[in-house]
Amino acid sequence: MSSIFSSVPTAPPDAILGLTAQFRADPDPRKVNLGVGAFRTSSNKPYVLPVVRRVEQQLADDPSATHEYLPQDGLQSFCDASARLILGADSPALADGRVTTVQALSGTGALRVGFAFVANFISSSTAVYVPKQTWSNHRNVIPAAGLPRALEYRYLDPSTGAVDIAALVEDLDKAPAGSIVLLHGCAHNPTGADPTQAQWLQILDVVKRRKLVPFFDNAYQGFASGSLETDAWSVRTFVAAGLDMLVAQSYAKNMGMYGERVGALSVVASTAGAEDAVRSQLKATIRAMYSSPPKHGAMVAAAILGDEKLFAEWEGELVKMSARIMDMRVKLKAALEKNATPGNWDRITSQIGMFSYTGLTSQQVTFMREKYHVYMTANGRISMAGLTDDTVQYVADAMKDAVESVVKQD
Amino acid sequence: MFRQTLFRHLSRPLPRLLSTQPSAAFAPAAPTSRFAGVPQGPEDAILGVTVAFNADPNPNKINLGVGAYRDDVGLPFVLSPVREAERRIVHAQHHMEYLPVAGSRTFVDKAIRLAYGEHNHHVKTGQVASMQTLSGTGACRMAGVLIQRFLPALDDGPRDESPLVLLPNPSWANHAAIFRDSGCTVGQYKYYDPATKSLDFEGCVSSLEDAPDGSVVLLHACAHNPTGVDPTPEQWAKLSAVLKEKRHQPFFDMAYQGFTSGDMEVDAASVRRFVDDGHRIVLAQSFSKNFGLYGQRVGCLSVLTDSQEEALAVDSQLKIIARPMYSNPPIAGVRIVEEVLSDPELERQWRMEMKGMAERIISMRTMLKGYLEELGSVQNWDHITNQNGMFCFSGISKEQVAKLRDEHSVYLTENGRISMAGVTSQNVGYLANAVHKVTM
Repeated sequence: MSSIFSSVPTAPPDAILGLTAQFRADPDPRKVNLGVGAFRTSSNKPYVLPVVRRVEQQLADDPSATHEYLPQDGLQSFCDASARLILGADSPALADGRVTTVQALSGTGALRVGFAFVANFISSSTAVYVPKQTWSNHRNVIPAAGLPRALEYRYLDPSTGAVDIAALVEDLDKAPAGSIVLLHGCAHNPTGADPTQAQWLQILDVVKRRKLVPFFDNAYQGFASGSLETDAWSVRTFVAAGLDMLVAQSYAKNMGMYGERVGALSVVASTAGAEDAVRSQLKATIRAMYSSPPKHGAMVAAAILGDEKLFAEWEGELVKMSARIMDMRVKLKAALEKNATPGNWDRITSQIGMFSYTGLTSQQVTFMREKYHVYMTANGRISMAGLTDDTVQYVADAMKDAVESVVKQD
Repeated sequence: MFRQTLFRHLSRPLPRLLSTQPSAAFAPAAPTSRFAGVPQGPEDAILGVTVAFNADPNPNKINLGVGAYRDDVGLPFVLSPVREAERRIVHAQHHMEYLPVAGSRTFVDKAIRLAYGEHNHHVKTGQVASMQTLSGTGACRMAGVLIQRFLPALDDGPRDESPLVLLPNPSWANHAAIFRDSGCTVGQYKYYDPATKSLDFEGCVSSLEDAPDGSVVLLHACAHNPTGVDPTPEQWAKLSAVLKEKRHQPFFDMAYQGFTSGDMEVDAASVRRFVDDGHRIVLAQSFSKNFGLYGQRVGCLSVLTDSQEEALAVDSQLKIIARPMYSNPPIAGVRIVEEVLSDPELERQWRMEMKGMAERIISMRTMLKGYLEELGSVQNWDHITNQNGMFCFSGISKEQVAKLRDEHSVYLTENGRISMAGVTSQNVGYLANAVHKVTM
């Protein structure tokens, strides 16, 4: 008998992950990986937070620890603490009991369950608007969840490297009522360009005016500015307006728990009373996907979020990680100015978070990879965490050569 | 249980909307949440049993709804090689970087060797497409979507956009939901015979013969959930021939390899029989029970194809399915399995303790049946020891289940399914007595 899958076509490799594979295969000793979005230390090593290690040791030493199933909606202590973390312990939505929080498979899983919930229980024709520049997987998750392919709202002004708020508002002003608007809570991926507070208020205005439903993707709370509160300002401001909204959280970067797949989805309702029904349907969605979420990462996160000392230690780690990123931004900008690379490089320090949109064209990106073995995604996005003191000048020199040798195309 | 649910609904506070409006005539109603119209989902039957059990103050209460192994004093059991592996892993101070989309290659290679056999030539020639999954559920979901997207029409003509997946009647309650959410159509084939409390083999064969050619047929490799009723080796051979003749696609769900008889090879016999007979199987594996890793969600999906090229194509499509669902799978659980299977001593301990779990379950079956016979029950309880694995389809009626709950504080699901893991040498006597009383 032949396989029923004999005619299955080979799918194209994932752009970002394909880059890592290419980097790994590259034998050149000068190679620099500015592709993947994982934090690296100043010695270019992966980093496990000491507070995470300590909690893992505690768990391994605890004779009463088991591997029993979590409920479908996950570890409750984790979910409750996670909601408080993003919404604020004094959030009116929490006080009113209008928040339903479930554990999710990191940010991706939170987005998927959230969108599936909308598709199944609000409407499968709900329009979803994503920023024109956004994490590439957003555009995969949305149709996979059963919604129409995402529409775009303009986001970046390429000439300034900052948010083009007029265009953004103009585009959202055309969105039909009830549409979902995907918003990056902070540290926009891939551009690093975040709205100012005044701009966030303008976005809130159009959301209210057009009766849109925000879906916040929070992959970098605390990791962006170093402050959990500052990085949650956008979400909390929208919650304070009393809207229906969805909130996704990931602990991949801010707790360094990438492979543990720790995340949460909160459904915030504008009126109370729907929580039981919402929870039951989120659970049903989860049950048919993977039954219940993985335990280990959630146990670690819950321990940190639930203990004053561990939490304070974690806050210290966030300051350190964000400071290293900021340090690399400052040094890269200085190096680009020092070697007189054509262009205005203010954006390197005005953008925030792990990523920076350099403005390099795909041809220039290819040039840098082939000649200098410096790897970044084709859209010119660099991961600041991939830079170290040793490589920052080399990368700046490579960028100068690319900008000068390769005439802008794209 | 139902009374409690009703009471909870009645006692829920009124929505704020109503409580803050002085008069509808003067103030426009505040807009309600878009989520207000979401319907309440169905109650989880098993959860209901647990909730009722927990609320019962009777010291003799027994929970026969538990879906995880319990030791002879009713406690969760962490295997000692698993504990040792965890200690070593923490000591090794590994990173927590993302796994690839398809998960840990080391784990997957070990998993498929456990299922197909250490020396299986399909595995060696790279014909087996495979990925790490979120336990058995995740494997079934990945396969369901793969089938929905790529199952071709058997002969000329358009392919079915909602391919038929046949489940045994009954099957694990979640199977239907998984395949429906995958976009497949769910059907059934005859399986359990309530009259004999065993396999309705003739009915099974004829319903598979009546099904449209090229249907996807889900088979429980061993320890059928919820009945515990498994085909004999001869019956498996006949089923293999029927599926071949009908060009059906076999899809094995193997959640209890090693946990059923105590022996990994014996429990995989049905899978290996089909592979040897030339079927290109789809296989979902769970490591929840045989490694006791339940909540860490350790599983594997494999698809036997005709060539390495095909396997790579299938691998690429599986990644396309996984990426927008969860990006990449969790690392903690597979590290434990890798650690155990890479150390001969730990592996030996694992096989021994897994056998211990299986043997405890089997001995509880023997004791329960023995006590019932001693008590002079006139019912036939052969099925208790004929059925395999964690579950026993007792044949106890809905009314008798209610009596067991209300009069004896013995809790099980309405369909009469007993989780033998909830039976201990301490409570088996009480249980036998209770069952005897309600079935006299």
